[in-house]
Amino acid sequence: MNRLVPGQMQLSGRGVTCVRSGREVFSGLDFEVASGAAVAVVGRNGSGKTSLLRLIAGLLIPAGGTIVLDGGDADMTLPEQCHYLGHRDALKPALSVAENLSFWADFLGGKRFDAAASLAAVGLDHAADLPASFLSAGQRRRLSLARLLTVRRPVWLLDEPTTALDAAGQEMFGGLMRGHLAGGGMIIAATHGPLGIEARELRIGGTA
Amino acid sequence: MTALSALIRRDIKIALRVGGGALIGVLFFLTVVVLMPFALGPDLALLSRLGPAILWLGALLASLLTLDRLFMADHEDGSLDLITMSRTPLELACAAKALAHWLAAGLPLVVAAPVLGLLLNLDMAATGAVALTLLAGTPALTFTGMIGAALAVTLHRGGLLMAVLVLPLSIPVLIFGVAASQAAITGPLSFGAPFSILCALTLVSLVIGPFAAAASLKHGLD
Repeated sequence: MNRLVPGQMQLSGRGVTCVRSGREVFSGLDFEVASGAAVAVVGRNGSGKTSLLRLIAGLLIPAGGTIVLDGGDADMTLPEQCHYLGHRDALKPALSVAENLSFWADFLGGKRFDAAASLAAVGLDHAADLPASFLSAGQRRRLSLARLLTVRRPVWLLDEPTTALDAAGQEMFGGLMRGHLAGGGMIIAATHGPLGIEARELRIGGTA
Repeated sequence: MTALSALIRRDIKIALRVGGGALIGVLFFLTVVVLMPFALGPDLALLSRLGPAILWLGALLASLLTLDRLFMADHEDGSLDLITMSRTPLELACAAKALAHWLAAGLPLVVAAPVLGLLLNLDMAATGAVALTLLAGTPALTFTGMIGAALAVTLHRGGLLMAVLVLPLSIPVLIFGVAASQAAITGPLSFGAPFSILCALTLVSLVIGPFAAAASLKHGLD
């Protein structure tokens, strides 16, 4: 357990089995991610990429196996140290861009960073006072990314993160991911396309 | 603590903005009560005898109207995932959401009740009694309704199912709420006994509601 150097973290899964609605999605899955590394989860549609991310996030209960984070904050559970960026953006259309972001910063707690700077980093600083209902799909995605920057957490779980992002947005996102990895974070992303950073491939559900 | 107050502030803000549910409940309450004299006829004695029951039924239906969105909206946009993952215990988050819903949708009903009492020929003392019982009883409606709202998310069915699940649970609240109001207006029972039971029902629901709702949400993770 304590063989890691201080500050180093490792997320590992052993024999993880996922059963949904009585159907086995995948079984006996082993994986390891260390600080500063990214893993791209690939597989055909329905192979369980999203399920794997939700298992790590604690949003699904594994039918078997264990997922542990070594070297993290001992006071916090694994889901509390994860950011989950799913298909749905967790934004309220009635609130403005800045209000949406500051709510999640207040609610998620922990060490927070300047929300205005995060908005600037994802290129949304001009829209801070706009209601979120006015945002395009790509802008909504950018606002979700700003949440990952405002509240720092070591593990990023990204489900198809580059959907709806334009070329400039994907480049910006690549920079954000590289910054996160350089800061000792780790990324697990479910993706079909190129992620934009160097990532080890974790194939589930057989060959595509 | 900041997490919970942030959640409460956000939910109230959403409810009060355009498209939020706060005003809809009061408008529905108004509509139900205004329709009653038309249906029952201009018999003032009858209206004032039925007044407390009409106000209570109106408030019950109005508080149900917006309750099914309590968790469904957060479920649909993915917020519920992040709330489940956070450090804040889900039970407390549920309680905070229900409190925010009551402040935004329940409290306006209590405030509107005395005004609507005029339409039902209730005198000052009677409207005061009804408003007091509503103030004590509507939190129970919200907190028991929250269980139905959580089940609606778990079972992926909204709207009508929730009403069917929640209405039987609110029968005791309705009985003692109306009984306390009637006791204050006409007697012969004392106001204290049914009102104490109403308060007890509210306190029980404040404890059981968040735990039951959180258990339902956790069980329904997918």
